Amino acid sequence: MSRIILINLIRFVMLVLLQVFLLKNITLYNLSTPYLYILFIVLLPFETPNLVLFVLSFILGLTIDAFYDTPGLHAAACTLLAFVRVLFISITVQKDGFDNEPEPTLSIMGFRWFFTYALILTLFHHFFLFNLEVFKFTEIGYTLSRFLLSSVFTVFLMLLSGLLFFKKKERK
Amino acid sequence: MRNLLIFITKYNAFFLFLIFEISSLLIYVKYNSFQKATFINSTNQVTGNLYAKVNEFKGYLSLKDVNDRLAKENAELRNQLRSSKYVDTVAKHSVTDTIYKQQYTYIEAQVISNSINKRNNYLTISRGSHDGLVKGMGVINGQGVVGKVMFVGEHMAVVQSLLHKDTRFSAMLANSKEIGYLQWSEDLNPRKGLLGEVSNNAQPKIGEMVVTSDLSLFPAGIPLGKVSKLTTKGGGFFLNMEVALAVDFSKLEYVYVVVNKFALEQTKLEAQEIKPDE
Repeated sequence: MSRIILINLIRFVMLVLLQVFLLKNITLYNLSTPYLYILFIVLLPFETPNLVLFVLSFILGLTIDAFYDTPGLHAAACTLLAFVRVLFISITVQKDGFDNEPEPTLSIMGFRWFFTYALILTLFHHFFLFNLEVFKFTEIGYTLSRFLLSSVFTVFLMLLSGLLFFKKKERK
Repeated sequence: MRNLLIFITKYNAFFLFLIFEISSLLIYVKYNSFQKATFINSTNQVTGNLYAKVNEFKGYLSLKDVNDRLAKENAELRNQLRSSKYVDTVAKHSVTDTIYKQQYTYIEAQVISNSINKRNNYLTISRGSHDGLVKGMGVINGQGVVGKVMFVGEHMAVVQSLLHKDTRFSAMLANSKEIGYLQWSEDLNPRKGLLGEVSNNAQPKIGEMVVTSDLSLFPAGIPLGKVSKLTTKGGGFFLNMEVALAVDFSKLEYVYVVVNKFALEQTKLEAQEIKPDE
């Protein structure tokens, strides 16, 4: 238990630092900006209580907001992300038998499931984030293309990190 | 009552979602409409210090660029010195100049955090109320206009960059003095601005300088960019054109905050004027 908390704490700090000092400065063709920090919420253990999940998402959002000077924006998007995560997991994963599969990672859940999971969560988060940030109907076309290309970038980075920390299955 | 409790616990995710979503949206809306300086921004202790630390490292990487730019600016300033001009009349008078008094002073500041890839961009600078900064002051660098001061902390301040959807500066064409306003172009290109509401009588040429007008919070004549393309989008009574911005926002290192001695007086007067008289 304490190991899981420690791992998640380290992940939180590392992802925030990575997002704020590296990814914040990256843009491809003024269109695609990755928001990899949501990987923290994506990778929280299955059995996280809902209250803890929402509180952590909210705190993560506010932390990113503090660095981006946009209080509330990322917090709102992260809260939505947490909600979509609860729904998605309740639909696709059966609730029993998580003794040795505590986290929704690429190595445990397999490529197909993880890809769908990451893609859907990222799409919701980015769609909400970009539209709330711009909040102008006249620029909708441009915002949508930014949203789509950024989502592709983020999911790509997520899969990459999944492969980077790939653990061989412990089950025989 | 019991049924209600069961209902709430069964769908607890949804209710938690509502609570947190509404509170974050409240924070977002409040911050945006009243522009209050809250503790959640990059002038606070933790984030500000972290940014400052990382910036210290990054500063070394661009030393050469900054040096070049400073040298160029020094040369330009040196050209304006009285000692570098010659007098072509024979009699040399020494005149105590009482006509010119300082209206603008400048405070230099280091940029400790910056972004160019969002719809609304901000920079954080290393001067605050302690150094005499007030909300609404203009910010420039050696190349041209950067933005205006938005929140002031004690030792740091957040600047709303020109690359922001709400930033509009009064501008004019340098040759014809036709007035319009400049804002960031809608395709989020950090090198492009849009000059709009220029009267139809103006005959802008490609390559003509666009500078700040007398109506802005900057001294008149500070470069904003060069006209790069004449478009007819919008059309009607006004001309619109694309402007290649003078400042390279991706490489901001040092900026100057413009202190206008008459700013307070001006805003006071203008506030009076706007009030409807009954």
